[in-house]
Amino acid sequence: MSLINCKNLELAYDNKTVLSDLSFQVNRGDYLCVLGENGSGKTTLMKALLGLIKPVSGEIRFCCAKHSEIGYLPQQTDIQKDFPASVSEVVLSGTLGKRGLKPFYSKKEKELAKKNMEILGIYHLAKQSYQNLSGGQQQRVLLARALCATTSMLLLDEPVAGLDPVVTAEMYRIIKELNEKGITIIMISHDISAATQYASHILHIHHKPLFFGTTQEYLSSNIATKFLGGDQK
Amino acid sequence: MMTLSELFSSAFMINLVIRALIVGLLVTLCSSLLGVSLVLKRFSMIGDGLSHVGFGAVAVAAALNMSNMKLIISIPVVVLTAFLLLRLGNHGKVKGDASLALVSTGAVAVGSLLYNFSGQRSTDICNSLFGSASLFTIGDIDLILSAVLSIAIIILFVFFYTKIFAVTFDESFSRATGIKTNVYNMLLAVLTAVTIVLGMNMMGSLMISALIVFPAMTAMRVCTTFKGVLICSVSVSLICFVIGFFTACLFGWQTGATVVSANIIAFIFMSIAGKIKNKKYCN
Repeated sequence: MSLINCKNLELAYDNKTVLSDLSFQVNRGDYLCVLGENGSGKTTLMKALLGLIKPVSGEIRFCCAKHSEIGYLPQQTDIQKDFPASVSEVVLSGTLGKRGLKPFYSKKEKELAKKNMEILGIYHLAKQSYQNLSGGQQQRVLLARALCATTSMLLLDEPVAGLDPVVTAEMYRIIKELNEKGITIIMISHDISAATQYASHILHIHHKPLFFGTTQEYLSSNIATKFLGGDQK
Repeated sequence: MMTLSELFSSAFMINLVIRALIVGLLVTLCSSLLGVSLVLKRFSMIGDGLSHVGFGAVAVAAALNMSNMKLIISIPVVVLTAFLLLRLGNHGKVKGDASLALVSTGAVAVGSLLYNFSGQRSTDICNSLFGSASLFTIGDIDLILSAVLSIAIIILFVFFYTKIFAVTFDESFSRATGIKTNVYNMLLAVLTAVTIVLGMNMMGSLMISALIVFPAMTAMRVCTTFKGVLICSVSVSLICFVIGFFTACLFGWQTGATVVSANIIAFIFMSIAGKIKNKKYCN
């Protein structure tokens, strides 16, 4: 069953078309990696999936979920690096989307935050300050927050940017585990080797879709050989 | 210049001191709450810019010989400016800090020119810059308006506390989860605008933004959670205000400058405390 169905999507940024003719679908349990160079339209596509921008034409159809039920892991901003907040404050803020105007967190939401901190192995850090954590730990906190916002789907924007190789591998392992638990993953990346190692499906874009299909198909396609060969960074 | 004993000798004066104290405490409370979010969002200068616009509005009010209505005139003007600044910052070609500088200096220029042309000399316009030399000019309307608005600000802040945290910490995530971040940014700007106008008379438009920035920065020297920073910011700010206020009364100093000085001392003290705490943390 497809969770997201995109048809003939055309997306623009500042009135300039950055992505056109895009059709793809994401099924429950998929691990889709969106590949592309900088400026290829990845970020714009992500914003469209989150419902932050409207497509110029075409449609994005969601089944069983709304835009706001995607758990989103954005890239870290400068503001966050020295932000005075405890880990549990950050994780709890992931539950806000569903709550409407209620001013305080309910017991249920605190339970949910606790559960997700446990899944990511950061519950012992709950009272710690976010700014004192290592990059990998911070990323887990943000992932726990994203899990609080969703039960079905995570959208990860370059989840390993700025992490060292050991932590990067650890992060990919965690994401894979979440996927195996039944959470659909959409990951934006330009790390082709990791994408082909972990993802089940690949969407490769450069203003137009270059490839969409399973990872196996991708590996035997021209684009992959070209990319994995000379062009790879 | 009055000594405290002379001051308290008349019940009338006590009444005036209490009025000033109430307004001051409420404004301090509001500004220290809002300041945490503003400083973390890198919006510190918005307070400064808006206070200059407030000065412009007060000068125009004086030019029109309506100084007794200055709150009622300047609140809408400053709130409107806050709106426009955020709009410009988000969409326009003129970017954030530059548009702020344009608007704030422009407002001061226009305000003081109009004041000069009008030939009015009813209020000393310097009072609006450095704060009233004598505090005790708070009218009934000012008192009621200040009290009502400050309490509204505090209630709104508490009610939307979790959302304000989320929007401050991570705007893109909040927007993705369906929080209307623009609404909360606007709310923050409007509340800041109102707070600034309320405090301007006492603190002076040159110094009012100190009440927004100092407590938050001071609290962040030692506290590492959002709630902790808020509580610390509010308490430091209230303590500094009370100390500054009574010192100013006692020695006949300017209230604004004295309160800000108290904040400077608190900041230095907490910076040292923070350094010591970090050293312990590292060992």
